[in-house]
Amino acid sequence: MTISQIFETMEYGPAPESAGEAMDWLDGGARRFGHFIGGSFTEPGKTAFDTRNPATGETLARIAQGTPEDVAAAVKAARKAQGPWADLGGKGRARMLYALARLVQKHARMFAVLESLDTGKPIRESRDIDVPLVARHFYYHAGMAQLQDSELPGVAPLGVCGQIVPWNFPLLMLSWKIAPALAMGNTVVLKPAEYTPLTALYFAEICREAGLPKGVVNIVTGDGDTGAALVAAEVDKIAFTGSTDVGRKIREATAGTGKSLTLELGGKSPYVVFDDADLDSAVEGLVDAIWFNGGQVCCAGSRLLVQENVAEVFHAKLIARMEKLRVGNPLDKAIDVGAIVDPAQLDRITQLVSGTAGEVHRSSAALPEGGSFYPPTLITGLASSDRLMQEEIFGPVLVSTTFRTPAEAVSLANDTRYGLAATVWTENVNLALDIAPKLAAGVVWVNATNLFDAAAGFGGVRESGFGREGGWEGLQAYTRARAKAPPLKPVLPTPAPARYDAPEMDRTAKLYIGGKQARPDGGYSRPVFGAKGGPLLGHVGQANRKDLRNAVEAARGAKAWARTTGHARAQILYYVGENLWARRAEFVERLGALTGAKAKETEAEVETAIDRLFTWAAWADKFDGAAKGVPIRGVALAMNEPVGVIGQIAPDEAPLLGLVSVVAPAIAMGNRVVTLASEAYPLAATDFYQVLDTSDVPAGVVNILTGAHGDLAGEMAGHFDIDAVWSFSSTDVSALIERESAGNLKRTWVNHGRARDWLTPAGEGSEFLTAATEVKTIWIPYGE
Amino acid sequence: MSEEITDADPGLRPHPQDGVHQDAAHRGGPRPEGAQLPQVTPQAEMHAGAPRNAGTALDLSRIRAQAANTSAIERRAATLPGRRSVKKDWQAAWLLKAISLIDLTTLSGDDTEGRVRRLCAKARQPVRADILDALGVPGLTTGAVCVYHDMVAPAVRALHGSGIPVAAVSTGFPAGLSPFHLRLAEIGESVAAGASEIDIVISRRHVLTGDWQALYDEMRAFREACGQAHVKAILATGELGTLRNVARASWVCMMAGADFIKTSTGKEGVNATLPVSLVMMRAIRDYEAATGFRVGYKPAGGISKAKDALTYLALVKDELGDAWLSPDLFRFGASSLLGDIERQLEHHVTGRYSAAHRHPQA
Repeated sequence: MTISQIFETMEYGPAPESAGEAMDWLDGGARRFGHFIGGSFTEPGKTAFDTRNPATGETLARIAQGTPEDVAAAVKAARKAQGPWADLGGKGRARMLYALARLVQKHARMFAVLESLDTGKPIRESRDIDVPLVARHFYYHAGMAQLQDSELPGVAPLGVCGQIVPWNFPLLMLSWKIAPALAMGNTVVLKPAEYTPLTALYFAEICREAGLPKGVVNIVTGDGDTGAALVAAEVDKIAFTGSTDVGRKIREATAGTGKSLTLELGGKSPYVVFDDADLDSAVEGLVDAIWFNGGQVCCAGSRLLVQENVAEVFHAKLIARMEKLRVGNPLDKAIDVGAIVDPAQLDRITQLVSGTAGEVHRSSAALPEGGSFYPPTLITGLASSDRLMQEEIFGPVLVSTTFRTPAEAVSLANDTRYGLAATVWTENVNLALDIAPKLAAGVVWVNATNLFDAAAGFGGVRESGFGREGGWEGLQAYTRARAKAPPLKPVLPTPAPARYDAPEMDRTAKLYIGGKQARPDGGYSRPVFGAKGGPLLGHVGQANRKDLRNAVEAARGAKAWARTTGHARAQILYYVGENLWARRAEFVERLGALTGAKAKETEAEVETAIDRLFTWAAWADKFDGAAKGVPIRGVALAMNEPVGVIGQIAPDEAPLLGLVSVVAPAIAMGNRVVTLASEAYPLAATDFYQVLDTSDVPAGVVNILTGAHGDLAGEMAGHFDIDAVWSFSSTDVSALIERESAGNLKRTWVNHGRARDWLTPAGEGSEFLTAATEVKTIWIPYGE
Repeated sequence: MSEEITDADPGLRPHPQDGVHQDAAHRGGPRPEGAQLPQVTPQAEMHAGAPRNAGTALDLSRIRAQAANTSAIERRAATLPGRRSVKKDWQAAWLLKAISLIDLTTLSGDDTEGRVRRLCAKARQPVRADILDALGVPGLTTGAVCVYHDMVAPAVRALHGSGIPVAAVSTGFPAGLSPFHLRLAEIGESVAAGASEIDIVISRRHVLTGDWQALYDEMRAFREACGQAHVKAILATGELGTLRNVARASWVCMMAGADFIKTSTGKEGVNATLPVSLVMMRAIRDYEAATGFRVGYKPAGGISKAKDALTYLALVKDELGDAWLSPDLFRFGASSLLGDIERQLEHHVTGRYSAAHRHPQA
């Protein structure tokens, strides 16, 4: 085409980024790569697979398939390196992380080109988004290491972390995993995705350039089997980003092992457009929401909810915009949408879309021959019940429906098993700030989408996983309390003595559900005897799964509690404390009868329980969120939101104090609880509900069941409408709870058979605050 | 090739001090007349083969409903240079297109007839003939020449036979605060002197006080005074306070019959920017969807680099479409931009980095 012809057509023409240097690097490794273990690359083994360029199908390199032995060797190297790495101190590690940040910047273009070659994402994205965010993440966490000693005293590294990252942001997810882990003194074994191992291998090289001690970072390549081997290996932590299905398997596989776990999983994130929004900007936002990285983004705004009165004009604008998108060679600098990562993923997208009942609008953008490409697509006219409105497509396919009112928008937005991200477009600040907290998501963007920063926590709720990456909250995934707790001995109910006295007055302890005393559904009760062959103290109902169901329904119904002000919750907790104080003598006596403890001990338990109620009353209006210093004109608010409905198994050994210690922090933060009382000494809990009844605690906020921990733990963990389970039972139910929680991927906090001294500060404090809240990051850019 | 206008270049920034006035250092004699690329001259009530914008009634509900989210618009503007890139022959062709869209401008108190003659000669032959020949586009001219009223007649004479239109800034340019009847009369005088395009300035106070009816009436009157001459409405966006005001003013002027909407006089503290351009282009697009009329767009002031011009063209192409990549619907109000483009084009032809003194000045 001549210049004068181009003058007439004004086409874009090709603008390719050179792949020369990246190809030279691959050639330098003879296009065969081993694992990076203990500071050097292993020989590429016999078992290997190809990694390909999805835009052309060409093979880029042969990659070693990691065996369990390879994983074990890497874990061994990491274990050996971990002590010295932790001992280096925060400031010593800060310098290493700073060097990594600098080296990422020095090799920025190499990383970007390799990433685009391997994933098919446009060079614009890898160059302008992924790689700068990677450098930012290492800088930020260099700072966290620097400040660790002063700001985070009392925390210890977890040890060796197994980390498994996906193929959509191979290097960025590597940085999100490695930077905080290293900062806090852990060492890592990271497995990049099978499709996209190259940037991780190049990163291994810069670890050497940075002078990182051998074994601090280890990279083992391979497929899902290698990942499974890593999950099963002797690691202290698994951090996984990927599909919800695999996340579920990892939850099951690690259940009961004591391995720390964070999961960042799938999503079907709503993108809500109100009628007063800047519609053109909202359309442009969708380009960055669903066509960013070809929609292969866990937090992609893939579910458009547009207000009915502007839906027609909005769709028209969107369809016009789709026509301007350029699909093609990922290394072209003027390409909007690159290749789908692998033909298998392309098939999956194609199959999901085929047969939809909706109206399909495809961009007529020309697709290159030969590679793995899918056109930008919009499907309108769908209802919530359509499969494509519920299932993650993980491709450049946007589905759309309409709503009429803000309340309906929230209801539709939350009508999903996922809860990763959400986007809201409106020019009305009242509406935006009203809607954002109501959306079930870990991240909400107002009038923007897909904004990320190391300072702002990222992560989901519901089946999008748990744990946060980024910010102070992200460090919790890589640290633990320094003190290690002793084992917890089983505390068993006092067996029936051969002879015993009956109570003077038969009092009926019931279950406490929805603010009412309820007889157990099954109609069974168990006698409770005093300690050391004491009298028959009474009976307690044996709750079954239906009682649990009723209690969860009551708790779900008490949703207004979450919106009650902290001040109001504090007043109620103080009032509970006051009323417990008024009846302290009765509880002292009851505890003594149940446990046989001396008066001094039971008095201490009651006093501490009152004190604890006051402590959580104090916290109710003080667990502030944060305004994060993100590099935009705007704020990223980290809001501490209640988790929702928490199932709790109270400690056996401290029947009153243990109950109060788990219930109070949860309700102080706005949660509703279904709490299974001490199995051994349940009558303290049934007495306590009378205190609740006289203290203005709204019905359904606290529900108390009695029964066998072993019988109900699994039911509780498996209940789809419970958002989290805490267990401090002396029955060995930790593994069961973790395994059963995989169903809806609820958060779990279990004792793994370790004791906690409820009389000491270990029975309160930041662990409880953290477990009782989810950090929601709300991004609010501003400016007129 | 090429003068790689590299992606490492910083993004476009406003150039507060860089007005549309002609760089005083530019000098040069008349160039021999050559064959000209066809220039579409204004036709009665037709505009690039399409009906000229007749305007509509003032629809206040639409004015009030305008939304412009500044942060989102800035993000789009900031990422655009990274999303679009033209290289090699395409870059050369696009830069030539940019030249064909320039309103080559001098708006200085010391303008003289001789100075304007030199400028017109540059408009006829904006790039050295050998370079144009090498590129295969002999006879390229700028889109128009833009001057004050007193320089219209000399410009018309100097451009005689070239087909290059003369645009006159008018209505008390740049502040627009002279008596209304004089502003109207000024339009008539310039049209009588041979200007076929009139760049009017709006009364910013009507925007700032929300007096949309007054703005509409003023624009209507200017349009009528222009008669067959095309009218470009200068919004002086740097003085309107908000992007939402830019959107509202764009709509009022289009409803009142503006043929073009234009950002700036070049005399405001901030002149053409990408965010402002995005808002105005989106208004133009919506106006076409609502009325069927295509209104032109002219960013002016602050566009001095070839790389900037390419970014603007990409924005036009993506936001408005290829139809707007024509002098009938798009102009750059610029003075020093041409010099930078000339250097890039010589580099494209020779493979060597160029120098300013190798290109004749205006």
